[in-house]
Amino acid sequence: MNKNDSLVDQKRRAILGGMGGTAAAIVGLTIAPGVLLTQTAQAKPVDEAISSKTRWGILIDTNNCNDCNDCVTACEEENGWGSGSTDEQKSRPDQKAQWIRTVKVTDKQTGYAKTLPMMCQHCEHPPCVDVCPTGASFKRDDGIVLVDKHICIGCRYCMMACPYKARSFIHETLTDQRSYMPRGKGTVESCTMCVHKVDNGENPACVDACSSSMTFGDLNDPDSEISKELARHGGTQIRADLRLNPGVRYQGLNF
Amino acid sequence: MHVMHILKIISLAVLLLTATGINADVPKPKPIHGEGQCVEPEDDMKRNHMEYILHQRDETMQKGIRTSKHSFKQCVSCHAVKDDNGEYVRIDDPSNKHFCATCHEFAAVSIDCFQCHADTPRSTDKHELRVNK
Amino acid sequence: MKKVYFSEIDGNSMGYLAVVAILGLITALGLGAFWYMEHNGHWVTGMNNEVVWGLPHVFAVFLIVAASGALNVASISSVFQKAAYKPLARLSGLLALALLAGGLAVLVLDLGHPDRLIVAMTYYNFKSIFAWNIYLYMGFFVVVIIYLWMMMERKMNGFTRAAGTAAFIWRLILTTGTGSIFGFIVARQLFDSAIYAPMFIIMSFSFGLAIFILVLMAIYGGTGRPLGDAILFRLKNLLGVFVAAVLMMVTIFYLTGLYATEHHDVVAFILNGNNIYTKLFWVVQVIMGSLAPLAILYNPITGTSRGWIAIAAILVILGGLAQLYVILIGGQAFPLVLFPGMEVSSSFADGVVAAYSPSLPEFLLGFSGIGIALIIVTLALKVLGFAPNSLADADVDPHYVAAK
Repeated sequence: MNKNDSLVDQKRRAILGGMGGTAAAIVGLTIAPGVLLTQTAQAKPVDEAISSKTRWGILIDTNNCNDCNDCVTACEEENGWGSGSTDEQKSRPDQKAQWIRTVKVTDKQTGYAKTLPMMCQHCEHPPCVDVCPTGASFKRDDGIVLVDKHICIGCRYCMMACPYKARSFIHETLTDQRSYMPRGKGTVESCTMCVHKVDNGENPACVDACSSSMTFGDLNDPDSEISKELARHGGTQIRADLRLNPGVRYQGLNF
Repeated sequence: MHVMHILKIISLAVLLLTATGINADVPKPKPIHGEGQCVEPEDDMKRNHMEYILHQRDETMQKGIRTSKHSFKQCVSCHAVKDDNGEYVRIDDPSNKHFCATCHEFAAVSIDCFQCHADTPRSTDKHELRVNK
Repeated sequence: MKKVYFSEIDGNSMGYLAVVAILGLITALGLGAFWYMEHNGHWVTGMNNEVVWGLPHVFAVFLIVAASGALNVASISSVFQKAAYKPLARLSGLLALALLAGGLAVLVLDLGHPDRLIVAMTYYNFKSIFAWNIYLYMGFFVVVIIYLWMMMERKMNGFTRAAGTAAFIWRLILTTGTGSIFGFIVARQLFDSAIYAPMFIIMSFSFGLAIFILVLMAIYGGTGRPLGDAILFRLKNLLGVFVAAVLMMVTIFYLTGLYATEHHDVVAFILNGNNIYTKLFWVVQVIMGSLAPLAILYNPITGTSRGWIAIAAILVILGGLAQLYVILIGGQAFPLVLFPGMEVSSSFADGVVAAYSPSLPEFLLGFSGIGIALIIVTLALKVLGFAPNSLADADVDPHYVAAK
């Protein structure tokens, strides 16, 4: 066993050894300088549950949006799908995961056109949650809509029900996931609003990649930047006629 | 879920009994231990690791509680094993040297955790693991 | 009028064994296709992230709809007290159970995680019409088995009408649930309509009876037991009524769509598109599956020919499969409306009709649902007395008067 012991990564062992003690703090500081210190300052304590006092949302100003695709690439890299993963080589293009995409909208009459990113809209009344037979499709207290892949049976009814085509079914075995973003064959997935980052007080990856046009924040907090901007200039809900009250809002769509 | 657990325990017990009783010469699995203390005593972990993980799973997924003590990511990170080429051993490696595979293959208790979860530390991760109590 | 009694079929002939072998092969091919799809993942199918339900679901929904319809013959006997249908009631119940089993098997075997069936049985979201359906399907088995027991156990015969009424009500609710799988979907232009529930009920009458007629003719032809014209012609006339009723529902459905500007695009896509759905709708569903059977069944010459009645029943089944293909696949292929009235385009086929071409494994899995259903019937007939020894007119119809 001694030979095998030496195979274990020493650094990771150090984490194990120091867990729960002062050593953890030191290791934490060295492996993630800055990130832990500055970001956690505004974040909720890690052991505190989320609450419905918060409703996370994203505001997208489409006036600056062209087809640069930065938000899509950032999502792929962050969450390990599309170009951010070596997986899904067998799936056809229409079978591959698509968490976020850029959509071009054109008014045929006038020629007025806009480009915008389209992803899970994190509805207050999500049809995907309504139709899910097992409750795998669920909405967190803070408004983020997720799939509990532990109880997802892969029936795809949520994909039938989503008006935004925001969900993807995994058509083959995956082996190249990110540690913080479990994804796998036979289950449905979609944009998580980078829940793993949000819980740590950070912005979703797309917002970080496009800070000039995307704002992330608490829609329930009137003093948050997103709420103030929405109060000042308003925002559009896509398919507002369905009354789903999405958490993703757009500006500059004058259709 | 309870029924499943009872079934698992019964099948594990039967397997262990037959394995120890009939094939006494089959070597027992010797999982590679991390250095220092695990987050819970070893005996406790042997028996109850799935309960801890299950509890933490719902805490994290539904309530956003991201403490690392019983975090699945943390288990995978600390107990990662490298092969002779310095590569992390995957869960489906025929050597069964992946920490989880050592016992689970021996006891023939299949787990589907790694259909979705990363089975090794990932260099592609954009974030280091947070380490907290 | 000789005494009618129920008896097991012999099931020793080469013909019987050949039927079992063929149905067994169809079932085995379906299980093989399931293993192949499950082992590889759904990338080996034609299904994708836009057309998420494919050919297996067309077969599964068809069988589930037909299952509740197959029970109608029993309902006519027990609930509406038509004596002539009484000898057919047991077979009707058996066929209903078998068709539901076949349909559910296909539905379950296509799941991304069929290994998590226990999850589907233990976690419920009661706002989901799917979750209700799980209860409705399981309940249907229980209710119909009790109903069959009341019919087949002499001591319990007194409860037949009560059990039959319960089964009848249950099956109406069940098909309401099946139709509502589509009726409750707000996102898709072709769905989101309350008419799906009643339309599916009428469809079930038609598809279920068509299958029942074919199975009845096969059993009595194969075993050499007498099957009278009077009972068969009653059934075929009823089938004609149901086929016409389905056609009426379909007409109302699309007329509503033609009236409202909002729905013009999707209705034009189905009725007047340059695509497979338009062809299936007009050629297979309307002409072959509705108008042709009506003409055959009500024409005095073909309507009294057993061969033509069988052809009509087969056409109704093909038309039904086409109808479900148009609803299910066509409904998903039509582009989602993200911005009503606007033109959209993207890297993910927004604004474009979604492509779907079914693969062989999907067909084999879907088709095996029929194999599973029929093999259950074939084996059950040998084990228990579901089929009367004679369905000759003089034996079963109290009002029968021999033709001069």
